[in-house]
Amino acid sequence: MALAFDEFGRPFVIIKEQDQKVRLRGLDAQKANIAAGMAVSRILRTSLGPKGMDKMLQSPDGDVTITNDGATILEQMDVDNQIAKLLVELSRSQDYEIGDGTTGVVVLAGALLEQAQKQLERGIHPIRVAEGYETASRIAVEHLEKIAQKFDFGVNNIEPLVQTCMTTLSSKIVNRCKRSLAEIAVKAVLAVADLERKDVNLDLIKVDGKVGGKLEDTELIYGIVVDKEMSHPQMPKQIEDAKIAILTCPFEPPKPKTKHKVDIDTVEKFQTLRKQEQQYFDDMVQKCKDVGATLVICQWGFDDEANHLLMHRNLPAVRWVGGVELELIAIATGGRIVPRFQELTSEKLGKAGLVREKGFGTTKDKMLYVEHCANSRAVTIFIRGGNKMMIEETKRSIHDALCVARNLIRNNSIVYGGGSSEISCSISVEAAADRYPGVEQYAIRAFADALDSVPMALAENSGLQPIETLSAVKSQQIKENNPYCGIDCNDAGTNDMRDQNVFETLIGKQQQILLATQVVKMILKIDDVISPSEY
Amino acid sequence: MAAENIFKGEAMEEKGERARLASLIGGMAIADLVKTTLGPKGMDKILQSTGRGHEVTVTNDGATILKSLHIDNPAAKILVDISKVQDDEVGDGTTTVAVLAGELLREAEKLLAAKIHPITIIAGFRMAAECALNALLQKVVDNKENEEKFKADLMKIARTTLSSKILSQDKEYFAKLAVDAVMRLKGSTDLEAIQIIKKPGGSLTDSFLDEGFILDKKIGVGQPKRIENAKILVANTAMDTDKVKIYGARVRVDSMSRVAEIEAAEKQKMKEKVDKIIAHGINCFVNRQLIYNFPEELFANAGVLAIEHADFDGIERLALVTGGEIASTFDNPESVKLGHCKLIEEIMIGEDKLIHFSGVEMGQACTIVLRGASHHVLDEAERSLHDALCVLSQTVNDSRVLLGGGWPEMVMAKEVDELARVTPGKKSHAIEAFSRALVAIPTIIADNAGLDSAELVAQLRAEHYKEGCTAGIDAISGSIGDMVELGISEAFKVKQAILLSATEAAEMILRVDEIITSAPRRREDRM
Repeated sequence: MALAFDEFGRPFVIIKEQDQKVRLRGLDAQKANIAAGMAVSRILRTSLGPKGMDKMLQSPDGDVTITNDGATILEQMDVDNQIAKLLVELSRSQDYEIGDGTTGVVVLAGALLEQAQKQLERGIHPIRVAEGYETASRIAVEHLEKIAQKFDFGVNNIEPLVQTCMTTLSSKIVNRCKRSLAEIAVKAVLAVADLERKDVNLDLIKVDGKVGGKLEDTELIYGIVVDKEMSHPQMPKQIEDAKIAILTCPFEPPKPKTKHKVDIDTVEKFQTLRKQEQQYFDDMVQKCKDVGATLVICQWGFDDEANHLLMHRNLPAVRWVGGVELELIAIATGGRIVPRFQELTSEKLGKAGLVREKGFGTTKDKMLYVEHCANSRAVTIFIRGGNKMMIEETKRSIHDALCVARNLIRNNSIVYGGGSSEISCSISVEAAADRYPGVEQYAIRAFADALDSVPMALAENSGLQPIETLSAVKSQQIKENNPYCGIDCNDAGTNDMRDQNVFETLIGKQQQILLATQVVKMILKIDDVISPSEY
Repeated sequence: MAAENIFKGEAMEEKGERARLASLIGGMAIADLVKTTLGPKGMDKILQSTGRGHEVTVTNDGATILKSLHIDNPAAKILVDISKVQDDEVGDGTTTVAVLAGELLREAEKLLAAKIHPITIIAGFRMAAECALNALLQKVVDNKENEEKFKADLMKIARTTLSSKILSQDKEYFAKLAVDAVMRLKGSTDLEAIQIIKKPGGSLTDSFLDEGFILDKKIGVGQPKRIENAKILVANTAMDTDKVKIYGARVRVDSMSRVAEIEAAEKQKMKEKVDKIIAHGINCFVNRQLIYNFPEELFANAGVLAIEHADFDGIERLALVTGGEIASTFDNPESVKLGHCKLIEEIMIGEDKLIHFSGVEMGQACTIVLRGASHHVLDEAERSLHDALCVLSQTVNDSRVLLGGGWPEMVMAKEVDELARVTPGKKSHAIEAFSRALVAIPTIIADNAGLDSAELVAQLRAEHYKEGCTAGIDAISGSIGDMVELGISEAFKVKQAILLSATEAAEMILRVDEIITSAPRRREDRM
């Protein structure tokens, strides 16, 4: 590392332990960063599209994950490089914001970096490249707006929503029954959606899975499924028209938070204390009984005695129910969570048409179904599948589909998929480039080229000739002035994505372009990397 | 430019062909490992644990073998997982599912070498699996209506399942045992109600099914050893000192006499509790927790049989069979449901004393007592019996039945072959491969029996082109046999689960084109 010396030949030490750090600066830094970014995007590139492949990830503890979801792959990849970490962040923010397109965004960022490298080699200043990208991304986003279409859907017409979810699911391993899963996802979202405010709270949808059975057995339950069983083996397994008391206080003698002592020094005290104790349990159960509850769901445990008393008084109960599940049950049944027995009133009880316990397979596993709720605003998607990895991957895929459906309810604009919108944007950006004087023009053109790389990857993964296919589709788009031509990944025989029913949400696509551009800009602006050297 | 290393230190990345190869080989290795245990003449494996004592397990059960392996290959882990799920879901076919998945991968490897894209192979496999399932559905026999035939079906299934296990010598006997036990459940799949007690000694044929319930406990000293028309209170309560549960309570005394007083009060409390329990009008008291000497003595005085420390399962089962409820408080004796049984007595099996409850109210539960020469034999016998019970209980719910001995595989293979012929495009190769993988199962069964598999399978295939064929491999006589006559049957549910999970697993492994292995978590050196 180059060091500066003063007139006596002593080096200036600016950075702590300067000589132990590796420092890359100038063009070298940018090139190294770009290479790292591209390496990450290259890993994800083969996962894009309906014929994309999966990745197998082995965690430090030896657990295996098989997935196609960009965000999951990157998160579990155990990345060390700083720039690679930025891309991981990028994919994650797409996941939080949109939920789908996590692979696409990284592939796009990688392509932008690749193009940027060419511009840098030409001697264009990185900042100019970044600015050009910025302009280009604006053009692209505006263009997307133009080619976007609105469609109508209602509670009775869910077909368009199902179609969009199917596009999302078709790239996952679950594409075998994408139709039924898409329907499940859409119905779940519509069940919890607030159509007036155009908002969906995905927290109300619980996605739960259990190994065994087959994927086709996956079902949507208008209610809650809890991985718990009745606290006493002899309690009834099925309760109709249940009135549920939802408690967050344990069926145990109270434990005041302030420190205290009860001293027993006489026999009388000992006996009164004992009486008191029995009274506690009796009172608790009586309280629940008095308000008319027929089922008690409790966040905490029960004492053996309390348990028996509940059983004895014919009051079924469930213990150790998690906080989140408790909340969902409260929402679904329209009950209130009661923190103290004294506050239990009959208005605070939740109502459910049917509560039943269901066993699975040959093991003792049991789950509790709360169905026909007063307010079916909370639903559960219950996944079955051949093995653990399958269930996990299905969960992720369903999550993606749910996000897509939610986005459509928020904003019902769609663009067509299969790379058609990218190609169309690329054409319009290319055309706009000529109108910009100055160096940015090159960067804008480079942006257009980068956009092409998404359909190119799609074609490559589908086993088509990438360049040939892309140029054919591109010329078709210009000739027919039809922005809906894309890559025919499924050998359906047509390029028109309207016929293939492949769409994506507008916000998802826009977000992809904006996020990818932002990250690339950030990477380009770095000209000095200081990292501790290996020791 | 040289590729930047973007991973942490020891993380590994394998791409494309190499990754695929690694996972295919992993999958096949697992299949080969358990392959030899398949079929009526399959061999067993010895597993030695790494734990203290290097305990040895001898088994033929695929799930047990795979569960105990330490595997590093991620694809192999998937096969282990499907085998485990098969065990949880239907109980049997745990070896077959791993072998079928392995064979599918082996066929897929050949196709990959012929430059067919994995996604195309998957598409073909899917079509083939669907077609195979439909073929099975057409051939299933459902004897639900006819009870006698249904019972015969159950017997056949039990015999078939047991024939590949250690119990095969006495399969007739055990099949009857298992069917009787399952029929008692009356359609419930809750195998908890069937209790299996293992006692070394005697021979396997000394095993028996008992209608009542046997608790592996001793009767307290000085208490009656035999009670007729017992009234049983099943409880889960502390019978030691019964601590004060109010938080923060503590005993503080200032003199020795006070200590004695408190002690007396405690004793009094215990006595009251016992009195309350006796006030239920019982003559047998079973508690999940310990019963200390003092209350035990009180019970003995009252002529009540007290059994302590029955484990939780035992308590639950006992409550189930006697129809009582598990009690923890004893203040309202009139409303506590007591359990009843005709006779409680102490019996001897081998050298151990057990408590036998006979003439119980609910006939659902029963006990199977297994006898055998050694622990290993008993363990394996229990696993085999468990498999049979699982399959039977599932069959009671889904009464569709198929023939066994490689018959379903050949039926599926035939239909899949037909499909391959009418399917245009590259997919047909994959479909054909699927049928080859199916045929591999009877081939392996024949190989394991030391037969000329090539000859037998070819004969079998020819047989199956005749209408209404019922031919399968008769591993005992070493030829093609009529499966109806031989009475070899399998449950449809098992076959279906095998087909679906094996295809699913193969599909999953094939879709992978990159393996990223994180650096193993470093263990802290505790030296």
